[in-house]
Formats: sequence, C-alpha cells, structure tokens
Amino acid sequence: MGNETIKVLIAKAGLDGHDRGAKVIARTLMDAGMEVIYGGLRQSPEQIVETALQEDVDVIGISLLSGAHMKVFPRILELMKEKGIEDKILTGGGTILPEEIEELKQLGVDDLFGPDTSLDDITTKIQQLVYSNRKNVKA
Amino acid sequence: MEKVNDLSKEEQMNEIKKGFMEWEQHTLEPFMEKKPERKEEFYSLSGIPIKRLYTPLDVKDFDYNQDLGFPGEFPYTRGVYPTMYRGRVWTHRQIAGFGTAKDTNERFRFLSEQGQTGLSVDFDHPTLIGLASDDALSIGEVGMVGVAIDSLEDMEELFEGIDIGQVSTSMTINFPAPILFAMYLAMAKKRGVDWRKLAGTLQFDLLKEFIAQKTYVFPPEAALQLSQDVIQFASENVPRWNPINVCGYHIRDAGGNAIQEIAFALSAATTYVETALEAGLKVDDFAPRLSFFFISQIDFFEELAKFRAARRIWAKLMREKYSAKKPESLRLRFHCQTAGSSLTAKQPMNNIIRTTLEALAAVLGGAQSLHTNGMDEALAVPSEEAMQLALRTQQIIAEESGVVNTIDPLGGSYFIETLTNQIEEKVWGYLEEINRRGGYVQCVQQGYFEQEIAKSAYTLEREKTSGERTVVGVNKYKIENEILTINLMKVDPEVEKRQIERLNRLKEKRDNKKVELLLARIRQAAESKAPLMPHLIEAVEAYTTEGEIIGVLKEVFGEYQDPGVF
Repeated sequence: MGNETIKVLIAKAGLDGHDRGAKVIARTLMDAGMEVIYGGLRQSPEQIVETALQEDVDVIGISLLSGAHMKVFPRILELMKEKGIEDKILTGGGTILPEEIEELKQLGVDDLFGPDTSLDDITTKIQQLVYSNRKNVKA
Repeated sequence: MEKVNDLSKEEQMNEIKKGFMEWEQHTLEPFMEKKPERKEEFYSLSGIPIKRLYTPLDVKDFDYNQDLGFPGEFPYTRGVYPTMYRGRVWTHRQIAGFGTAKDTNERFRFLSEQGQTGLSVDFDHPTLIGLASDDALSIGEVGMVGVAIDSLEDMEELFEGIDIGQVSTSMTINFPAPILFAMYLAMAKKRGVDWRKLAGTLQFDLLKEFIAQKTYVFPPEAALQLSQDVIQFASENVPRWNPINVCGYHIRDAGGNAIQEIAFALSAATTYVETALEAGLKVDDFAPRLSFFFISQIDFFEELAKFRAARRIWAKLMREKYSAKKPESLRLRFHCQTAGSSLTAKQPMNNIIRTTLEALAAVLGGAQSLHTNGMDEALAVPSEEAMQLALRTQQIIAEESGVVNTIDPLGGSYFIETLTNQIEEKVWGYLEEINRRGGYVQCVQQGYFEQEIAKSAYTLEREKTSGERTVVGVNKYKIENEILTINLMKVDPEVEKRQIERLNRLKEKRDNKKVELLLARIRQAAESKAPLMPHLIEAVEAYTTEGEIIGVLKEVFGEYQDPGVF
C-alpha cells in the first residue's frame, strides 16, 4: 500500500494572497511523484475540507501568512471530524511560531513547517506521515 | 613618444585589449593553475552571468551624454533631481499597521518622534480585499497583519493628532483605494485642510494584484476603469497626490527576478498611461504624478544597477512612445523597501545586516523614499524595538556614512554600467514579449506572468535547498536547537471583538437611510461608468463602510477568480 501515489491538496486558507510558498511546495511534491490538487487562494475551512473529501486526498496542506492560523487550523480539524476524515494528514506552513506549532500539534495537526524549512525536509516528512498513517489505517 | 590621450578611441580600446590579453596570459592563468577560483561560473541573483573583471572593453560603445547624462535630465540614469541627497535625503517612511486605528496611531506617533519623515499605512486583509470586520471570512484576520479600517471614523482615529496638511501619507491599498482615498479627503475637509495641500500616495496598482500580492477584487476591465477614474480625479483636485504607485516589489517578493520586477511593473505602468490617454487625458497632465515602488534585494550591485536601468527605460518610454514633454513626466520616482523575502526566521538579528546592505543599494540607486524592514518580520508584525532599529539603519546611512555627499557615486564603474545596460536590454526583451502576446491584460489571462514568476521562485528555492545558494543561519552556519532571543510583538487577540463592537455602534448612530441612498447612487454611477470619486466621498462622509461600498461594486463589476497557475 505504501507504494501507491500520495495525493495532496495544497490550499491557501485565510485572506492573504502570498501564494509563492504554496506553489513552490505544490511543484516540489509533484516532482517527488505525488499527485497535487492546487486549491488556490482564499479558501474557507469548509471549502478545504469539502475538496479533501471529494478528491479523497491523503494529505491536506495549508499555507497561510495572514496571522489567522490559530483560528483556521482548529476549525479545519473540527470540520474533518464532522465529515469523518480525521484520519487524513493535516499539515501546513507559514509565519507560524514554534510555540504555536506545538499548540496546534497538541490539537491534532500532524505537523507544521515554519519559515526557512528546506523543501527536501518537507517532502520527506510528508512521505513519512503518509506511510505511517497508511500502516496504522491498515492495522 | 606618443601620448595616450592622443590615441583615437579605437586605438585606446586596442591598447586595453592587448593589455587585457597579456594579463590573462602572464598573470591570471599561472595564478589560476595554482589557485583555481571557487566556482566555474558566477551569477547574479537574477541569473545574469558575472565576469571576473570589467574593463572599458565592456562599455566600449558607451556614450556619456546619451546613456547617463546629468542628474535631473534625460535619461535620468544618474538620478531624478539635480542635487539628489545633497539637497534633501530620501524620505524615511516606515510602514506601520496592526490592531485598531488607535494602536496604529500610537505607532505612527512613536516613529515620528524617532525621526521618521513620512507615514505609511499597512491595512489588514479584510480591509485590503474590501470585507467588513464582521464578515464571516474576516474571522481571525481583523487587525492581525495591518490596521482594520471600516469607516471614516477609523480613518479619523488613525490620524488623530497628526497634521495631514504637513506630512505625506502612503497607503498600501489596492482595489478599495478609491474608498480609502475618499475617507482621507473627507477627513481633510472636516479638518479644514485644503486638498491641494495634501501629499501622499495610493498603491492602487490594480493590475499587479492579478499576478502578485493577490488582493484582487474585481476583474481587469473594472480595474482599469477605476484607475482612470482616480487618476483623473486626483490630477484635477489633489495635485500633490500620487494616485498610482506602480509596484515591482510584490512581483519580486512573489519569487520573480530583478528583470521581471522592472519589466512587469513598467508594462503595468504603460497600460495605465494608455488607459488614461484613451479616456482623453493629456500625458503631461497625469504622468508627473505616477510613481513607482521597487524592492531592494540582497544582490547589492544588481539592485543598484536595476534602479538606474529602470529610470532610463521609463524616460525613453515616456518620451519616445508617449511623446511626453514635461521633464516631470519622464522621471521615474520610486519608493523602495528592503526585501521581506530575504529575511530569515532563524538567527533573526542577521536580518539587520541584510537590511543594511539592501538599504544601501536603494540609496546608491537613488531612491526617493525608503522603508527598512524590521529584523523580526519573518516571524511577526515588527515590534517597536525592531522598527526603531530599522529606522536607525536609514539614519546612519543618511547622516553618518557619507554616501549621500555625491550623486550616483557608482556611475561610470565598468561593472555597474555593464550591468545597467544588460538589465535594460533584458527588460526591453520582456516588454516586447508582453506586447507580442497582446499586452498586460492578455498576459494576465494567459497566466504568462505567473508562470514566469513561479519558475523563478522554484529555481531559487531549489538552489537554497541544495545549498548552492547560501542563506546564512539557514542552510549554512546553522545553530542547532536555536533559541529565539528577540522579543516578538503579539497583536491583541481581542482586536477583532473590539472592532466589531465599534462597527456595530457606528451602524446604530449613523443615518442608515442616507447610507442606503448613497450606496444606490454609487451603484448607478458604476453601472453607467460615470465618475465614482465624488459619490464615494459623499458616501464615506455619511459613514458608509468600506465593506458596504465594495459589496455594491462587486454586484456591478463582478469578482475576479484566480486561475491558480504555476
């Protein structure tokens, strides 16, 4: 099962239009052999979770630099539970401080990447998260 | 013996060429055999190959009067004013905005006390895209990375105790800019300040919002209609105001390179010029008030050459293509900001050094106004301490370093002149390609700009990941388990609640019937493509909110959807 293509949704939550990071990550993950759905800008938590459900992705990757991350991630987690897709990986990146990353991970976000994270580290981490998740789901 | 200065130019070049070849053969080659260079090839940040050495041979077709000229004269390569910083140094203009209008007003006053010479407002995302603070989409965003402005009431609080007849104000706002401008004018009217005395700048470069920064609201056609409306209104009523600040900054921060920054910005600028000309305006009536906004990135020489090249290209475009006559129409004045995307979250104090280098390039490149970034901007909205230090960086360059004492001190350097020529040539190439594709709006629709920017962004990021491009403290000279030692500013999470309460109180006390009537008039004017500015001023005077006006205009103009190209 670990050999199946990883399917990822990359979306910009919040209202900021800084899509450089989201696009670079989308391209990076595609180059690493993943299937990427680019959800685009100004996506509400509802839209994001709906797309994740429809496309049956393995990973939801959220980018935001608007400062709204402490409200957006908990809301996405809530909606994932409601829709019964809490087994999917939820990750993301942006101007998020280390202590906020810890707080959001406590709430159930799988991992988050702050500024300056290397592209290779992000790819590897996503692969690890998906493969260990698939094992767990299988078991 | 023949004297050197009796030689013809060609003979001089031949002499230099001979000397150069001898140097290569007798000095360079034996040296490199023992000590090879660090790399096979060297490139600028934007991918321009950089040679080992530049000599008169690189600028042999150089014509001083034609290529450089004198400051304050065509083609303005050396600067837009005859005395440059010997007369007056650039405006120290630190952008500020967070929380409510009151919070930002306090920061403005602090910066002014610290010697800042111009104001610059950063708005929060709901304000930037025309949503009210109580809109469902605004949750978590109000006042977070800019100030929340819903109505004239907020604008008045933002400028409380500040003499707007004296200070110049820049507003980083795009689609809702006509509304914020209307609020500023309404405030001036209430205070009895003559509009003809008001000085300031709206960013209001709507076209670039489709390719970078992305605070778009309406589609391109409506964007051009609004641009023309505000250009005309400002040129007739607020003559010292810059209605459009054409931006390269965001194109660069979105990942584009120096050439794309200048080319795409100049292409947008010519589109505004053509729109105004088509509407019957005369080029010399509005072109003097067009201004620009560029980034200063970390590649020092490339950046300062870029500013020089941009001035020369703009002067040529305005004179040759649009037949502008007034000198003021030909000179490219620009605000500059050091590069947010060059800053790192790791070892944030290193950002002070990056910002200093970038600021110096802006100054040597002849900027009219400058914002220096805070060291903490990769992490948060800058703290007061970070902003003070950033302002001090400008003050030290201006008042201690001595670089301001002569004009364009690097002009005439073989390297700088070559680089300036190369950038100019590459920018012309892009401008031709944009024209070939049918112009700016066509290129937006084709996703051309975004593809070009995304390509550059990806290449750069891969170079950082591979270590090919050093980022100190991030991919080299790292500190394991680094602990953050600087204090960060946290925006009060209660801001949203306070702002919504304020908005609710406003709606209770204003004349809501009048608001409805004025909104209907705005709708009517927009539908019939009549001038909007007078209606907007009237509406904001009655405390109609930004969100309400944008809401009506969206119904008329429609909303733009980003194609998500990369």
